[in-house]
Amino acid sequence: MTYSIISIMRQELGLVVIALLVLFFDLVVNEKNKQKVFLIALALFGLHTLAGFFPFEGGNLFGGMYSTQPVHILMKNVLNIGVFLVLLMSASWLKTPQIANKSNEFLMILLTTLSGMYFMISAGDFLMFYIGLEIASIPMAILAAYEKFKSRSEEAGIKFLLNSALSTGFLLFGLSLFYAAAGSIYFDDLTRTLSQPSPLVALALTFLLSGLAFKLSLVPFHFWTADVYEGSPMVVTSYFSVISKGAVAFVLGILLFKVFPVFEGLWQNVIYTLAVATMFLGNLFAIRQKNIKRFLAFSSIAQAGFILLGLLHTDNLGIIVIIYFVLIYILSNLAAFGVAQAVYAASGKENIEDYNGFYKTNPRLALIMMLALFSLSGIPPVAGFFSKFFLFTAAAKAGYYWLVFIAVVNTTIALYYYLLVVKAMFINPNPEPLPTIRSDKYLRSALFITVIGIFLTGILSPVFEYIQAMVDKF
Amino acid sequence: MNAFEYTFLIPFVPLLGFLIIIFNFNRFPKKLTAVLATGFIGFTFVVSIYTAWQYFFQMGPVNGVYPKFIGFDFEWLKLGDHLSVHMGTLIDQASVMMLIVVTTVSLMVHIYSIGYMHDDRGFNRFFAFLQLFSFSMLSLVMATNVFQIYIFWELVGVSSFLLIGFYYEKPSAVAASKKAFIVTRFADLFFLLGILLLSFHVGTFDFISLTNPENFESFNLSGYALFGLSIPALALILIFIGGAGKSAMFPLHIWLPDAMEGPSPVSALIHAATMVVAGVYLVARLFANYALMAPEALALVGYVGAFTSLFAAVIAVTQIDFKRVLAFSTISQIGYMMAGLGVSHYGGEEGLGYMASMFHLFTHAMFKALLFLGAGAVIHAVHTNSIREMGGLRKYMKTTHITFLIATLAIAGFPGLSGFFSKDEIITAAYQSNPLVYYALLVVAGLTAFYMFRLYFLVFWNTEPHYHLKPHDPGKAMLIPLIILALLSILTGYIPFGQFISSDGQPLHTHLHLDMAVISTLVSFTGIALAWMLYKKPSDMPQRLIASASTLYRWAYNKFYIDEVYLFVTRNIIFAYISRPIAWFDRHIVDGTMNAIGWVTVTTSHKIKGLQSGQLQKYAFAFVSAVLVISALLVYYLLNN
Repeated sequence: MTYSIISIMRQELGLVVIALLVLFFDLVVNEKNKQKVFLIALALFGLHTLAGFFPFEGGNLFGGMYSTQPVHILMKNVLNIGVFLVLLMSASWLKTPQIANKSNEFLMILLTTLSGMYFMISAGDFLMFYIGLEIASIPMAILAAYEKFKSRSEEAGIKFLLNSALSTGFLLFGLSLFYAAAGSIYFDDLTRTLSQPSPLVALALTFLLSGLAFKLSLVPFHFWTADVYEGSPMVVTSYFSVISKGAVAFVLGILLFKVFPVFEGLWQNVIYTLAVATMFLGNLFAIRQKNIKRFLAFSSIAQAGFILLGLLHTDNLGIIVIIYFVLIYILSNLAAFGVAQAVYAASGKENIEDYNGFYKTNPRLALIMMLALFSLSGIPPVAGFFSKFFLFTAAAKAGYYWLVFIAVVNTTIALYYYLLVVKAMFINPNPEPLPTIRSDKYLRSALFITVIGIFLTGILSPVFEYIQAMVDKF
Repeated sequence: MNAFEYTFLIPFVPLLGFLIIIFNFNRFPKKLTAVLATGFIGFTFVVSIYTAWQYFFQMGPVNGVYPKFIGFDFEWLKLGDHLSVHMGTLIDQASVMMLIVVTTVSLMVHIYSIGYMHDDRGFNRFFAFLQLFSFSMLSLVMATNVFQIYIFWELVGVSSFLLIGFYYEKPSAVAASKKAFIVTRFADLFFLLGILLLSFHVGTFDFISLTNPENFESFNLSGYALFGLSIPALALILIFIGGAGKSAMFPLHIWLPDAMEGPSPVSALIHAATMVVAGVYLVARLFANYALMAPEALALVGYVGAFTSLFAAVIAVTQIDFKRVLAFSTISQIGYMMAGLGVSHYGGEEGLGYMASMFHLFTHAMFKALLFLGAGAVIHAVHTNSIREMGGLRKYMKTTHITFLIATLAIAGFPGLSGFFSKDEIITAAYQSNPLVYYALLVVAGLTAFYMFRLYFLVFWNTEPHYHLKPHDPGKAMLIPLIILALLSILTGYIPFGQFISSDGQPLHTHLHLDMAVISTLVSFTGIALAWMLYKKPSDMPQRLIASASTLYRWAYNKFYIDEVYLFVTRNIIFAYISRPIAWFDRHIVDGTMNAIGWVTVTTSHKIKGLQSGQLQKYAFAFVSAVLVISALLVYYLLNN
């Protein structure tokens, strides 16, 4: 029994051990060697990421409270890749004098939130799900407020905490309504007992979906995003907008497809409406942004709207395209954030205007940024095109032609504002462009990985086939 | 495996060329780049000729029908159990013909550019992009399935974007490239929707099974329709909108004239001979579907084509920029091809329009490329685009003059030259099936002769301005392509085209329709004669004519204000009626409501005032309202089910 726990929960356990080791080393090493803990954490986490790809059958634990299947492992692996990139990108920020003394705590907290996401993904009942959600959310407030010497960062933290408390309250209320309707919070029991849509279930579903829509920052639950993203340190913003969102998208997919397929008629309406609102408003707000961080934040809201398209196709294809989309979204968005991070670290500038003439002085970074933005807007042959294409295919296959049409219109709007940044970098004249930036080797390798990923995940069919094979075992 | 497996080389070699040059573009000397690029494209050209010879002559029709082959194929992505995406090369009549067109013009343009771009700093970059474009265009032409054609459709758009914006120091070039990219991509979205709609009802991406009329019965196309259209009609119209974007059909033509900001060889290759006819090619590719599944969609193609043709011809009469005249002429001629397709039926004698349209595509590629390259030579020599600052050039640029004259005669439909034969076939096809289109095309034929000779006389005759440097013929690298293309502009008319290209694969016997030929010849002679009288020698006649029809002239000169309409729509309608109200709504209604609520809660929020007072409540308010709305939505749904 104990061995099987270790083997089935190996990813969670591995991650928690790494987090604890980081804490341990942070306490025992002397001041001078504190920086080296980062390297240890990075190496361990790299190993952890690789280990996730070993084939593994999965299983259930604790009477069904926890279950893991190849598809869950795949989801966790996708998140791992993203977190690894975020860690690489955080290296230079963690060395800044005001952060350096608490840099290891940052790593520990970051990994803790990730473990919460693991538990959410693998949850087999609402209790585990809820605990995972809270493990993932509460420490995030600390991350948002990590530069607490800046009032904006402090404000981001408190805002996140308060908003998140509100949404969690709603979500928890929804869960209790489910208990009222079914007499159980186990997913298996829910699928068995709830077969008829009733007003009670509709209400429960509304509260649950609202809670998750908040985490995924769908319009109109998105208001917190702009302030929190802008106030948080850049690394944390990228973590929020990429990893945390990806995890919630996965969880939403699992819940809707595996737990509530019978209520398809109910929740598809909600998803449809949210998708339309999110794509349009996310895009319209993104057009007006002048700050690159806010810009990426709003464009990530619109991207979340696209993810919803995959949720409308309720069989394995839906899950496949969501995982594929999230993987490519992680790579593309992190590439964009990586460049923004490099610019911010070197010059402290984060307005789009500051990027005028960027190509002249930093051709490589400008090209990476362009590639990332092209991928986000879905221009072939970069990966973003394929992920969008498959998403649209899934939605069209489910018969949602109008929604696909709306999505396609939105990709054009998005292309417009992504091109604005490209235009700033390549075309707008600037007598004093940013100086040539030499970023550290961690950031460079992270950017290298993302660029390779942006090119290859689209063109190489094994990636897609691998996802397909894993999901089909579900 | 099969006799055409080697055809993968045709797109692959230019791709290799692109990669080699782009990775060394700071290192390679110009000569090496020129030799490499021209060698690669020359090799592709030879392979294409061999493919054509093998397909048309060695294999020939089987049981009287030209077969379709998949030369090379591999499964690229698998999507679900039923759909998979392949990449490969399709060998059939239309694709082989397009191979000849693309590789011939591309080779000519490569050679020409060695001379034209000689002093340009971006020499290597330019050739790399040319290779990229050739690769994308050839892959598009040989696409075996809808998905492949879409990918390369976008990729030619990207290469065109790169080449229009080649002089990126010039703001107008950059603006033009962006305009082209966004307009065509906007149209592509409809294309994508059309593909998705069609593929999911038909269950295949594959061209061979998609266009085989024997399969049509088995397609599940019944059921829902939108705006009273059947599913195939809607899908094919959406696909046509995509084609109309690339092929610059009204009202999506606005990007093409601006695209002339690119270097002249680019205009010749992309914006005259190859990429812009991709829309025609697309309709031709799916012709069986248009003709048999949705004749109403095909009729739309015909009317849009004929209208565009007329519209652009009228504008061309008034333009004074050398390349813009040619750009509008291209739009007009592509409209001709579309009209040819639109009046055609599927199979047999009735399919004359299809064959005529392909024939015109072929001959037009040759003489229009020649016109653009000639324009490039002239602009190179006199350093201006304005035909008002040209004149009398026949004395200085003898070879350019003769070749340009041949091309002008060909496009004007002068008997004996290629344009005469292909245009005549289109007019005959139109006469047989649609009188409205027929008269429109006849008028266009007259206008074409007129504006082309207006251009010719103004540039090569008329008053000679004072040239600072005496203009002269360009060097050999630029002259040789001009001469070859001039020969092709004469000779390609004598190809018995119906033998090779037809709507249903059976060779079609065509003959010259004497009555049609006489009428169209008379019309074009009238046009030429008018231009002769007005423009051969300086006179005030044109000015007087302009004065007497000043409104029409002004409208045509300003391209019927289509660009202004677009600007008006985006600036005044989208900005004023969509963005601004949203901003207003945001500022007044949302903020106003929130402020009111904020005012009520202001006393309680005193303690957290430091955090932009009221903000969080706003968020919570939005959250709760949304929950209420969603609940209402679901309850409504429950009550109605």
